[in-house]
Amino acid sequence: MSDTKRVYLDNAATTRVRDEVLQAMLPVFQNNYGNASSIYREGQAAKKQLEESRETIARCLNADPSEIYFTSCGSESDNWALKGTALRYAKKGRHIITSAIEHHAILHTCESLAKQGYEITYLPVDEYGLVTPEQVSSAIRPDTILVTIMTANNEIGTVEPIREIAEVCRAKGVLFHTDAVQAGGVLPLDVKALQVDMLSLSGHKIYAPKGVGVLYIRKGVAIANFMDGGAQERGKRAGTENLPYIVGFARALALAVEEMEAQESRILAIRDRLIEGVLDRIPYARLNGHSELRLPGNANFSFEFIEGESLLLLLDHMGFSCSSGSACTSGSLDPSHVLLAIGLPHEIAHGSLRVSIGRDNTEEEVLSIIPALEQIVARLRDMSPLYDDFIKGKSTPYLSCDRCGKNGSF
Amino acid sequence: MQYSEKVMDHFMHPRNVGEITDASATGTVGNPKCGDIMKVYLQIENDMIVDAKFKTFGCGSAIATSSMATEMIKGKSLDEALSLTNKAVAEALDGLPPIKMHCSLLAEQAVKAALKEYYEERGGIPEDKKKYFDVLDEDEHSV
Repeated sequence: MSDTKRVYLDNAATTRVRDEVLQAMLPVFQNNYGNASSIYREGQAAKKQLEESRETIARCLNADPSEIYFTSCGSESDNWALKGTALRYAKKGRHIITSAIEHHAILHTCESLAKQGYEITYLPVDEYGLVTPEQVSSAIRPDTILVTIMTANNEIGTVEPIREIAEVCRAKGVLFHTDAVQAGGVLPLDVKALQVDMLSLSGHKIYAPKGVGVLYIRKGVAIANFMDGGAQERGKRAGTENLPYIVGFARALALAVEEMEAQESRILAIRDRLIEGVLDRIPYARLNGHSELRLPGNANFSFEFIEGESLLLLLDHMGFSCSSGSACTSGSLDPSHVLLAIGLPHEIAHGSLRVSIGRDNTEEEVLSIIPALEQIVARLRDMSPLYDDFIKGKSTPYLSCDRCGKNGSF
Repeated sequence: MQYSEKVMDHFMHPRNVGEITDASATGTVGNPKCGDIMKVYLQIENDMIVDAKFKTFGCGSAIATSSMATEMIKGKSLDEALSLTNKAVAEALDGLPPIKMHCSLLAEQAVKAALKEYYEERGGIPEDKKKYFDVLDEDEHSV
Protein backbone atom coordinates (compact mmCIF):
# COMPACT_ATOMS: atom_id res chain seq x y z
CA MET A 1 0.00 0.00 0.00
CA SER A 2 2.89 2.36 0.77
CA ASP A 3 4.13 1.85 -2.80
CA THR A 4 0.90 3.13 -4.34
CA LYS A 5 1.20 6.61 -5.81
CA ARG A 6 -0.96 8.94 -3.74
CA VAL A 7 -3.50 11.24 -5.36
CA TYR A 8 -4.66 13.85 -2.86
CA LEU A 9 -8.20 14.94 -3.74
CA ASP A 10 -9.32 16.43 -0.44
CA ASN A 11 -8.19 20.03 -0.91
CA ALA A 12 -11.38 21.30 0.71
CA ALA A 13 -10.26 19.59 3.93
CA THR A 14 -6.79 21.07 3.88
CA THR A 15 -3.99 21.92 1.46
CA ARG A 16 -0.27 21.39 1.18
CA VAL A 17 1.73 24.51 2.07
CA ARG A 18 3.11 25.85 -1.19
CA ASP A 19 6.83 26.46 -1.66
CA GLU A 20 6.64 30.25 -1.99
CA VAL A 21 4.66 30.39 1.27
CA LEU A 22 7.12 28.20 3.15
CA GLN A 23 10.04 30.22 1.79
CA ALA A 24 8.38 33.43 2.96
CA MET A 25 7.79 31.96 6.42
CA LEU A 26 11.08 30.26 7.17
CA PRO A 27 13.28 33.33 7.70
CA VAL A 28 10.71 34.84 10.06
CA PHE A 29 11.19 32.10 12.68
CA GLN A 30 14.84 32.97 13.28
CA ASN A 31 15.51 36.33 11.69
CA ASN A 32 12.38 38.25 12.64
CA TYR A 33 11.43 36.64 15.92
CA GLY A 34 10.79 39.81 17.90
CA ASN A 35 7.56 40.50 19.73
CA ALA A 36 5.64 43.03 17.66
CA SER A 37 4.63 44.80 20.87
CA SER A 38 8.26 45.50 21.90
CA ILE A 39 9.75 48.95 21.44
CA TYR A 40 13.31 47.96 20.46
CA ARG A 41 14.59 47.15 17.00
CA GLU A 42 13.56 43.43 16.83
CA GLY A 43 10.07 44.30 18.01
CA GLN A 44 9.71 47.08 15.47
CA ALA A 45 10.98 44.85 12.66
CA ALA A 46 8.33 42.29 13.59
CA LYS A 47 5.70 45.02 13.80
CA LYS A 48 6.67 46.23 10.33
CA GLN A 49 6.30 42.80 8.75
CA LEU A 50 3.04 42.22 10.63
CA GLU A 51 1.56 45.45 9.26
CA GLU A 52 2.84 44.73 5.76
CA SER A 53 1.06 41.37 5.89
CA ARG A 54 -2.10 43.07 7.07
CA GLU A 55 -1.87 45.54 4.19
CA THR A 56 -1.40 42.73 1.67
CA ILE A 57 -4.49 40.92 2.93
CA ALA A 58 -6.49 44.16 3.02
CA ARG A 59 -5.56 44.82 -0.62
CA CYS A 60 -6.71 41.32 -1.61
CA LEU A 61 -10.11 41.94 -0.01
CA ASN A 62 -10.43 45.63 -0.94
CA ALA A 63 -10.52 46.40 2.77
CA ASP A 64 -8.68 48.85 4.99
CA PRO A 65 -5.76 47.30 6.93
CA SER A 66 -7.43 48.38 10.19
CA GLU A 67 -10.33 46.06 9.32
CA ILE A 68 -8.16 42.89 9.22
CA TYR A 69 -7.84 40.87 12.44
CA PHE A 70 -5.62 37.82 12.77
CA THR A 71 -6.98 34.73 14.53
CA SER A 72 -5.82 31.15 15.02
CA CYS A 73 -8.15 29.55 12.45
CA GLY A 74 -11.38 29.87 10.49
CA SER A 75 -13.37 28.36 13.35
CA GLU A 76 -12.09 31.03 15.71
CA SER A 77 -13.07 33.74 13.22
CA ASP A 78 -16.59 32.28 13.01
CA ASN A 79 -16.86 31.92 16.79
CA TRP A 80 -15.68 35.46 17.34
CA ALA A 81 -18.05 36.98 14.77
CA LEU A 82 -21.08 35.21 16.24
CA LYS A 83 -20.33 35.32 19.95
CA GLY A 84 -18.84 38.80 19.73
CA THR A 85 -21.98 40.13 18.03
CA ALA A 86 -24.31 38.23 20.38
CA LEU A 87 -22.61 39.57 23.47
CA ARG A 88 -22.35 43.13 22.20
CA TYR A 89 -25.97 43.40 21.03
CA ALA A 90 -27.75 41.24 23.63
CA LYS A 91 -29.73 44.30 24.81
CA LYS A 92 -30.87 45.12 21.29
CA GLY A 93 -32.03 41.62 20.45
CA ARG A 94 -31.28 37.93 20.67
CA HIS A 95 -32.26 36.63 17.26
CA ILE A 96 -29.70 35.25 14.77
CA ILE A 97 -30.38 33.95 11.25
CA THR A 98 -28.24 31.30 9.56
CA SER A 99 -28.69 28.46 7.08
CA ALA A 100 -29.14 24.72 7.52
CA ILE A 101 -25.95 23.94 5.57
CA GLU A 102 -23.35 26.01 7.44
CA HIS A 103 -20.07 24.56 8.68
CA HIS A 104 -20.10 23.19 12.23
CA ALA A 105 -18.02 26.19 13.33
CA ILE A 106 -21.19 28.22 12.72
CA LEU A 107 -23.88 25.64 13.58
CA HIS A 108 -22.35 24.50 16.86
CA THR A 109 -21.66 28.10 17.86
CA CYS A 110 -25.33 28.84 17.20
CA GLU A 111 -26.33 25.85 19.34
CA SER A 112 -24.13 27.14 22.11
CA LEU A 113 -25.75 30.58 21.84
CA ALA A 114 -29.21 29.00 21.81
CA LYS A 115 -28.41 27.44 25.20
CA GLN A 116 -27.60 30.93 26.44
CA GLY A 117 -31.01 32.25 25.48
CA TYR A 118 -30.51 33.34 21.88
CA GLU A 119 -33.01 32.33 19.25
CA ILE A 120 -31.65 30.89 16.03
CA THR A 121 -33.49 30.66 12.69
CA TYR A 122 -32.03 27.99 10.40
CA LEU A 123 -33.09 28.82 6.84
CA PRO A 124 -33.76 25.76 4.70
CA VAL A 125 -32.08 25.51 1.29
CA ASP A 126 -33.37 24.34 -2.08
CA GLU A 127 -32.29 21.10 -3.79
CA TYR A 128 -29.05 22.77 -4.93
CA GLY A 129 -28.18 24.17 -1.52
CA LEU A 130 -29.15 27.77 -2.28
CA VAL A 131 -30.46 30.35 0.19
CA THR A 132 -32.37 33.27 -1.33
CA PRO A 133 -32.24 36.95 -0.29
CA GLU A 134 -36.05 36.80 -0.04
CA GLN A 135 -35.82 34.07 2.59
CA VAL A 136 -33.41 36.19 4.60
CA SER A 137 -35.58 39.27 4.19
CA SER A 138 -38.72 37.61 5.50
CA ALA A 139 -36.86 35.99 8.42
CA ILE A 140 -35.48 39.31 9.71
CA ARG A 141 -37.33 40.60 12.80
CA PRO A 142 -36.96 43.72 14.93
CA ASP A 143 -34.81 41.72 17.38
CA THR A 144 -32.54 40.20 14.73
CA ILE A 145 -28.93 41.17 15.46
CA LEU A 146 -27.01 39.07 12.92
CA VAL A 147 -27.37 37.12 9.70
CA THR A 148 -24.60 34.63 8.89
CA ILE A 149 -24.60 32.75 5.58
CA MET A 150 -21.58 31.03 4.11
CA THR A 151 -20.03 32.25 0.85
CA ALA A 152 -19.60 28.73 -0.51
CA ASN A 153 -20.46 25.36 0.97
CA ASN A 154 -17.63 23.02 1.96
CA GLU A 155 -19.38 19.79 0.98
CA ILE A 156 -21.35 20.44 -2.18
CA GLY A 157 -19.54 23.62 -3.27
CA THR A 158 -22.69 25.71 -3.78
CA VAL A 159 -21.91 29.44 -4.03
CA GLU A 160 -24.51 31.54 -2.22
CA PRO A 161 -25.84 34.95 -3.42
CA ILE A 162 -23.88 36.76 -0.73
CA ARG A 163 -23.99 40.25 -2.25
CA GLU A 164 -27.77 40.17 -2.58
CA ILE A 165 -28.21 38.81 0.94
CA ALA A 166 -25.83 41.45 2.32
CA GLU A 167 -27.86 44.14 0.54
CA VAL A 168 -31.06 42.96 2.25
CA CYS A 169 -29.32 42.98 5.63
CA ARG A 170 -27.87 46.45 5.15
CA ALA A 171 -31.22 47.83 4.05
CA LYS A 172 -32.79 46.45 7.22
CA GLY A 173 -29.95 47.54 9.47
CA VAL A 174 -28.87 44.04 10.49
CA LEU A 175 -25.22 42.95 10.61
CA PHE A 176 -24.12 40.36 8.07
CA HIS A 177 -21.28 37.86 8.48
CA THR A 178 -20.09 35.32 5.93
CA ASP A 179 -17.91 32.26 6.43
CA ALA A 180 -15.75 32.53 3.30
CA VAL A 181 -13.29 29.82 4.32
CA GLN A 182 -13.95 27.69 1.21
CA ALA A 183 -14.10 30.70 -1.11
CA GLY A 184 -10.85 32.34 0.03
CA GLY A 185 -8.34 32.58 -2.82
CA VAL A 186 -10.83 30.86 -5.14
CA LEU A 187 -13.57 33.44 -5.70
CA PRO A 188 -13.08 37.21 -5.89
CA LEU A 189 -13.84 38.60 -2.43
CA ASP A 190 -14.30 42.36 -2.50
CA VAL A 191 -15.79 43.26 0.87
CA LYS A 192 -16.98 46.68 -0.36
CA ALA A 193 -18.73 45.29 -3.42
CA LEU A 194 -20.17 42.42 -1.36
CA GLN A 195 -21.27 44.83 1.42
CA VAL A 196 -20.44 42.33 4.13
CA ASP A 197 -19.83 43.46 7.71
CA MET A 198 -17.68 40.50 8.73
CA LEU A 199 -15.93 37.75 6.79
CA SER A 200 -13.95 34.69 7.96
CA LEU A 201 -10.95 33.15 6.21
CA SER A 202 -8.63 30.28 7.01
CA GLY A 203 -4.96 29.83 6.09
CA HIS A 204 -4.72 26.10 5.54
CA LYS A 205 -7.39 26.07 2.82
CA ILE A 206 -5.28 28.41 0.67
CA TYR A 207 -1.87 26.67 0.82
CA ALA A 208 -0.76 28.44 4.01
CA PRO A 209 -0.31 26.43 7.22
CA LYS A 210 -2.91 25.34 9.76
CA GLY A 211 -3.18 27.61 12.77
CA VAL A 212 -3.87 31.01 11.22
CA GLY A 213 -7.10 32.70 10.22
CA VAL A 214 -8.50 36.14 9.53
CA LEU A 215 -11.66 37.93 10.53
CA TYR A 216 -12.52 41.02 8.52
CA ILE A 217 -14.59 43.43 10.62
CA ARG A 218 -15.87 46.49 8.78
CA LYS A 219 -14.88 49.82 10.27
CA GLY A 220 -17.68 51.06 12.50
CA VAL A 221 -18.88 47.58 13.45
CA ALA A 222 -18.28 47.01 17.14
CA ILE A 223 -18.33 43.47 18.49
CA ALA A 224 -17.19 42.16 21.86
CA ASN A 225 -13.56 41.06 22.30
CA PHE A 226 -12.82 37.42 21.78
CA MET A 227 -9.68 37.02 23.83
CA ASP A 228 -8.79 39.38 26.64
CA GLY A 229 -5.20 40.22 27.49
CA GLY A 230 -2.68 42.41 25.70
CA ALA A 231 -3.40 45.17 23.23
CA GLN A 232 -2.76 43.13 20.10
CA GLU A 233 -5.15 43.40 17.15
CA ARG A 234 -6.44 46.82 18.21
CA GLY A 235 -7.11 45.47 21.68
CA LYS A 236 -9.79 43.08 20.41
CA ARG A 237 -7.92 39.81 20.16
CA ALA A 238 -5.12 39.37 22.66
CA GLY A 239 -2.16 37.04 22.20
CA THR A 240 1.28 37.64 20.70
CA GLU A 241 0.88 37.62 16.93
CA ASN A 242 1.94 34.42 15.17
CA LEU A 243 4.11 36.33 12.72
CA PRO A 244 5.57 33.47 10.62
CA TYR A 245 2.07 32.11 9.97
CA ILE A 246 0.63 35.55 9.32
CA VAL A 247 3.38 36.19 6.77
CA GLY A 248 2.56 32.82 5.22
CA PHE A 249 -1.15 33.65 5.09
CA ALA A 250 -0.52 37.00 3.39
CA ARG A 251 1.80 35.45 0.80
CA ALA A 252 -0.65 32.60 0.12
CA LEU A 253 -3.63 34.91 -0.35
CA ALA A 254 -1.70 37.33 -2.58
CA LEU A 255 -0.53 34.45 -4.80
CA ALA A 256 -4.01 32.92 -4.92
CA VAL A 257 -5.57 36.22 -5.98
CA GLU A 258 -2.85 36.75 -8.60
CA GLU A 259 -3.38 33.26 -10.06
CA MET A 260 -7.13 33.07 -9.53
CA GLU A 261 -8.29 33.30 -13.13
CA ALA A 262 -5.70 30.90 -14.51
CA GLN A 263 -6.29 28.33 -11.78
CA GLU A 264 -10.05 28.64 -12.03
CA SER A 265 -10.17 27.86 -15.74
CA ARG A 266 -7.67 25.00 -15.42
CA ILE A 267 -9.36 23.37 -12.42
CA LEU A 268 -12.87 23.94 -13.76
CA ALA A 269 -12.02 22.11 -17.00
CA ILE A 270 -10.64 19.11 -15.07
CA ARG A 271 -13.59 19.12 -12.69
CA ASP A 272 -16.13 19.11 -15.51
CA ARG A 273 -14.38 16.22 -17.25
CA LEU A 274 -14.40 14.33 -13.97
CA ILE A 275 -18.14 14.89 -13.46
CA GLU A 276 -18.91 13.90 -17.02
CA GLY A 277 -16.77 10.76 -16.76
CA VAL A 278 -18.22 9.61 -13.46
CA LEU A 279 -21.86 10.13 -14.45
CA ASP A 280 -21.23 8.55 -17.82
CA ARG A 281 -19.45 5.45 -16.53
CA ILE A 282 -21.28 4.75 -13.27
CA PRO A 283 -25.03 4.08 -13.32
CA TYR A 284 -27.32 5.20 -10.47
CA ALA A 285 -25.09 8.10 -9.57
CA ARG A 286 -25.82 11.79 -9.24
CA LEU A 287 -23.99 15.07 -8.82
CA ASN A 288 -24.97 16.88 -5.62
CA GLY A 289 -25.02 20.68 -5.60
CA HIS A 290 -25.48 23.23 -8.36
CA SER A 291 -24.25 22.75 -11.92
CA GLU A 292 -22.99 26.33 -12.29
CA LEU A 293 -23.08 28.16 -8.95
CA ARG A 294 -20.35 25.94 -7.60
CA LEU A 295 -16.73 26.17 -6.43
CA PRO A 296 -14.45 25.26 -9.35
CA GLY A 297 -12.63 22.45 -7.54
CA ASN A 298 -15.65 20.74 -6.00
CA ALA A 299 -17.46 17.61 -7.17
CA ASN A 300 -19.84 15.76 -4.88
CA PHE A 301 -21.47 12.52 -5.97
CA SER A 302 -23.98 10.05 -4.55
CA PHE A 303 -23.83 6.39 -5.56
CA GLU A 304 -26.95 4.42 -4.81
CA PHE A 305 -26.83 1.06 -2.97
CA ILE A 306 -23.42 1.61 -1.36
CA GLU A 307 -22.07 3.29 1.75
CA GLY A 308 -19.47 6.06 1.81
CA GLU A 309 -16.96 4.85 4.35
CA SER A 310 -16.41 1.56 2.50
CA LEU A 311 -15.93 3.62 -0.63
CA LEU A 312 -13.32 5.85 1.03
CA LEU A 313 -11.40 2.89 2.48
CA LEU A 314 -11.18 1.19 -0.91
CA LEU A 315 -10.23 4.45 -2.63
CA ASP A 316 -7.53 4.99 0.00
CA HIS A 317 -6.23 1.51 -0.71
CA MET A 318 -5.94 2.41 -4.39
CA GLY A 319 -4.11 5.64 -3.57
CA PHE A 320 -6.90 8.24 -3.55
CA SER A 321 -7.70 10.57 -0.62
CA CYS A 322 -11.27 11.90 -0.67
CA SER A 323 -14.04 12.50 1.83
CA SER A 324 -17.65 11.45 2.28
CA GLY A 325 -20.81 12.68 3.93
CA SER A 326 -21.62 9.25 5.31
CA ALA A 327 -22.46 8.86 8.99
CA CYS A 328 -19.58 6.49 9.48
CA THR A 329 -17.06 9.15 8.54
CA SER A 330 -18.67 11.89 10.60
CA GLY A 331 -18.47 10.16 13.96
CA SER A 332 -22.24 10.32 14.37
CA LEU A 333 -25.08 8.13 13.19
CA ASP A 334 -26.58 10.65 10.83
CA PRO A 335 -25.23 11.37 7.39
CA SER A 336 -24.16 14.88 6.42
CA HIS A 337 -26.58 17.64 7.45
CA VAL A 338 -25.86 19.34 4.12
CA LEU A 339 -26.94 16.36 2.01
CA LEU A 340 -30.07 15.90 4.12
CA ALA A 341 -30.83 19.64 3.83
CA ILE A 342 -30.82 19.46 0.01
CA GLY A 343 -33.43 16.73 0.30
CA LEU A 344 -31.47 13.52 -0.21
CA PRO A 345 -32.91 10.55 1.64
CA HIS A 346 -30.63 9.05 4.30
CA GLU A 347 -29.65 6.00 2.27
CA ILE A 348 -28.49 8.13 -0.68
CA ALA A 349 -26.67 10.60 1.57
CA HIS A 350 -24.75 7.68 3.13
CA GLY A 351 -23.28 6.82 -0.27
CA SER A 352 -21.73 10.18 -1.06
CA LEU A 353 -18.25 11.17 -2.15
CA ARG A 354 -16.56 14.57 -2.23
CA VAL A 355 -13.65 15.14 -4.57
CA SER A 356 -11.95 18.52 -4.14
CA ILE A 357 -9.34 19.45 -6.70
CA GLY A 358 -6.49 21.84 -5.93
CA ARG A 359 -3.61 23.61 -7.62
CA ASP A 360 -1.23 20.65 -7.23
CA ASN A 361 -3.50 18.16 -9.02
CA THR A 362 -2.88 17.24 -12.65
CA GLU A 363 -5.69 16.38 -15.03
CA GLU A 364 -4.31 12.89 -15.52
CA GLU A 365 -4.29 12.00 -11.84
CA VAL A 366 -7.74 13.45 -11.18
CA LEU A 367 -9.29 11.54 -14.08
CA SER A 368 -7.55 8.34 -13.00
CA ILE A 369 -10.08 8.15 -10.16
CA ILE A 370 -12.86 7.39 -12.68
CA PRO A 371 -11.86 3.77 -13.50
CA ALA A 372 -10.97 3.22 -9.83
CA LEU A 373 -14.43 4.40 -8.80
CA GLU A 374 -16.10 2.29 -11.44
CA GLN A 375 -14.35 -0.79 -10.08
CA ILE A 376 -15.00 0.00 -6.41
CA VAL A 377 -18.66 0.92 -6.83
CA ALA A 378 -19.24 -2.32 -8.78
CA ARG A 379 -17.48 -4.33 -6.07
CA LEU A 380 -19.50 -2.79 -3.23
CA ARG A 381 -22.76 -3.13 -5.14
CA ASP A 382 -21.95 -6.76 -5.69
CA MET A 383 -22.07 -7.34 -1.96
CA SER A 384 -24.96 -4.96 -1.28
CA PRO A 385 -28.34 -6.49 -0.38
CA LEU A 386 -29.97 -3.26 -1.61
CA TYR A 387 -28.49 -3.72 -5.07
CA ASP A 388 -29.51 -7.36 -4.96
CA ASP A 389 -33.14 -6.40 -4.29
CA PHE A 390 -33.04 -3.91 -7.15
CA ILE A 391 -31.49 -6.41 -9.62
CA LYS A 392 -34.14 -8.96 -8.69
CA GLY A 393 -36.87 -6.40 -9.28
CA LYS A 394 -37.85 -6.15 -5.62
CA SER A 395 -37.17 -2.42 -5.43
CA THR A 396 -36.95 0.64 -7.68
CA PRO A 397 -33.88 2.80 -7.66
CA TYR A 398 -34.05 6.31 -6.33
CA LEU A 399 -31.49 7.68 -8.76
CA SER A 400 -31.70 7.31 -12.51
CA CYS A 401 -29.21 5.64 -14.77
CA ASP A 402 -28.02 7.93 -17.58
CA ARG A 403 -26.53 5.06 -19.51
CA CYS A 404 -29.35 2.56 -19.58
CA GLY A 405 -32.12 5.14 -19.46
CA LYS A 406 -33.84 3.57 -16.45
CA ASN A 407 -35.39 6.28 -14.40
CA GLY A 408 -35.34 6.62 -10.70
CA SER A 409 -37.65 8.82 -8.73
CA PHE A 410 -35.25 11.74 -8.40
CA MET B 1 -10.52 6.32 13.79
CA GLN B 2 -8.27 3.35 13.51
CA TYR B 3 -9.32 -0.15 12.42
CA SER B 4 -7.30 -3.19 13.50
CA GLU B 5 -5.38 -5.15 10.87
CA LYS B 6 -7.91 -7.97 11.25
CA VAL B 7 -10.82 -5.63 10.50
CA MET B 8 -9.01 -4.29 7.43
CA ASP B 9 -8.20 -7.82 6.30
CA HIS B 10 -11.84 -8.92 6.57
CA PHE B 11 -12.97 -5.70 4.88
CA MET B 12 -10.49 -5.94 2.00
CA HIS B 13 -10.92 -9.70 1.61
CA PRO B 14 -14.35 -10.50 2.97
CA ARG B 15 -15.07 -14.22 3.46
CA ASN B 16 -18.40 -15.74 2.46
CA VAL B 17 -19.73 -12.87 0.34
CA GLY B 18 -22.64 -13.90 -1.81
CA GLU B 19 -25.92 -15.69 -1.50
CA ILE B 20 -27.11 -19.26 -1.13
CA THR B 21 -29.91 -20.06 -3.52
CA ASP B 22 -32.46 -22.25 -1.74
CA ALA B 23 -30.93 -21.38 1.64
CA SER B 24 -32.44 -23.13 4.67
CA ALA B 25 -32.96 -19.71 6.21
CA THR B 26 -32.11 -16.04 5.74
CA GLY B 27 -32.01 -13.14 8.15
CA THR B 28 -32.00 -9.45 7.27
CA VAL B 29 -31.38 -6.74 9.86
CA GLY B 30 -30.53 -3.05 9.88
CA ASN B 31 -31.94 -0.07 8.10
CA PRO B 32 -30.68 1.77 5.02
CA LYS B 33 -31.46 5.03 6.82
CA CYS B 34 -28.81 4.24 9.42
CA GLY B 35 -26.39 3.22 6.72
CA ASP B 36 -26.21 -0.51 7.36
CA ILE B 37 -28.12 -3.60 6.27
CA MET B 38 -26.95 -7.18 6.64
CA LYS B 39 -28.47 -10.24 5.05
CA VAL B 40 -27.23 -13.67 6.16
CA TYR B 41 -27.95 -16.92 4.31
CA LEU B 42 -27.62 -20.27 6.08
CA GLN B 43 -27.53 -23.79 4.68
CA ILE B 44 -28.44 -26.15 7.52
CA GLU B 45 -28.27 -29.93 7.41
CA ASN B 46 -28.74 -32.28 10.40
CA ASP B 47 -28.58 -29.36 12.83
CA MET B 48 -25.24 -28.29 11.38
CA ILE B 49 -24.51 -25.04 9.52
CA VAL B 50 -22.86 -26.43 6.45
CA ASP B 51 -22.61 -23.07 4.69
CA ALA B 52 -23.08 -19.39 5.52
CA LYS B 53 -22.98 -16.39 3.21
CA PHE B 54 -23.79 -12.71 3.48
CA LYS B 55 -24.54 -9.51 1.63
CA THR B 56 -23.97 -6.22 3.44
CA PHE B 57 -24.58 -2.55 2.72
CA GLY B 58 -22.50 -0.61 5.20
CA CYS B 59 -19.21 0.75 6.40
CA GLY B 60 -15.90 -1.06 6.69
CA SER B 61 -16.68 -2.59 10.06
CA ALA B 62 -20.16 -3.69 8.97
CA ILE B 63 -18.59 -5.69 6.15
CA ALA B 64 -15.78 -7.02 8.37
CA THR B 65 -18.16 -8.16 11.14
CA SER B 66 -20.42 -9.88 8.59
CA SER B 67 -17.40 -11.70 7.24
CA MET B 68 -16.17 -12.71 10.69
CA ALA B 69 -19.58 -13.76 12.04
CA THR B 70 -20.23 -16.05 9.07
CA GLU B 71 -16.73 -17.52 9.47
CA MET B 72 -17.42 -18.21 13.16
CA ILE B 73 -20.62 -20.21 12.58
CA LYS B 74 -19.70 -22.10 9.43
CA GLY B 75 -19.33 -25.83 10.15
CA LYS B 76 -20.76 -25.35 13.64
CA SER B 77 -23.83 -26.92 15.23
CA LEU B 78 -26.99 -24.88 15.72
CA ASP B 79 -26.34 -24.77 19.46
CA GLU B 80 -22.86 -23.39 18.88
CA ALA B 81 -24.20 -20.81 16.44
CA LEU B 82 -26.83 -19.78 18.97
CA SER B 83 -24.15 -18.93 21.51
CA LEU B 84 -22.46 -16.47 19.13
CA THR B 85 -22.22 -13.03 20.73
CA ASN B 86 -21.42 -9.63 19.34
CA LYS B 87 -18.59 -9.37 21.85
CA ALA B 88 -17.01 -12.55 20.50
CA VAL B 89 -17.24 -11.20 16.93
CA ALA B 90 -15.59 -7.93 17.96
CA GLU B 91 -12.87 -9.77 19.90
CA ALA B 92 -12.15 -12.08 16.98
CA LEU B 93 -11.48 -8.91 14.95
CA ASP B 94 -9.06 -7.60 17.63
CA GLY B 95 -11.62 -5.05 18.70
CA LEU B 96 -13.70 -2.33 17.03
CA PRO B 97 -13.68 1.44 17.60
CA PRO B 98 -16.39 2.24 20.25
CA ILE B 99 -18.64 3.99 17.72
CA LYS B 100 -18.56 0.84 15.56
CA MET B 101 -19.59 -1.65 18.23
CA HIS B 102 -23.15 -1.59 16.90
CA CYS B 103 -21.86 -3.27 13.73
CA SER B 104 -20.92 -6.39 15.69
CA LEU B 105 -24.36 -6.45 17.30
CA LEU B 106 -25.90 -6.18 13.85
CA ALA B 107 -23.84 -9.20 12.74
CA GLU B 108 -25.04 -11.23 15.73
CA GLN B 109 -28.62 -10.13 15.06
CA ALA B 110 -28.39 -11.12 11.38
CA VAL B 111 -27.28 -14.65 12.33
CA LYS B 112 -29.97 -14.90 15.02
CA ALA B 113 -32.65 -13.62 12.64
CA ALA B 114 -31.78 -16.39 10.18
CA LEU B 115 -31.84 -19.01 12.95
CA LYS B 116 -35.18 -17.68 14.15
CA GLU B 117 -36.62 -18.09 10.67
CA TYR B 118 -35.22 -21.63 10.57
CA TYR B 119 -36.88 -22.63 13.83
CA GLU B 120 -40.15 -20.86 13.11
CA GLU B 121 -40.56 -22.72 9.84
CA ARG B 122 -40.09 -25.92 11.80
CA GLY B 123 -42.67 -25.56 14.55
CA GLY B 124 -41.27 -22.63 16.54
CA ILE B 125 -38.30 -21.77 18.71
CA PRO B 126 -37.74 -24.41 21.42
CA GLU B 127 -38.47 -22.97 24.88
CA ASP B 128 -34.91 -23.49 26.16
CA LYS B 129 -33.45 -21.59 23.18
CA LYS B 130 -35.68 -18.52 23.36
CA LYS B 131 -33.19 -16.57 25.50
CA TYR B 132 -30.71 -16.53 22.61
CA PHE B 133 -33.12 -14.42 20.59
CA ASP B 134 -33.60 -11.59 23.10
CA VAL B 135 -30.82 -9.79 21.24
CA LEU B 136 -33.15 -9.23 18.30
CA ASP B 137 -35.12 -6.75 20.41
CA GLU B 138 -32.06 -4.65 21.20
CA ASP B 139 -31.57 -1.38 19.41
CA GLU B 140 -28.32 -1.72 17.52
CA HIS B 141 -27.48 1.89 18.27
CA SER B 142 -27.77 1.44 22.02
CA VAL B 143 -24.48 -0.47 22.01
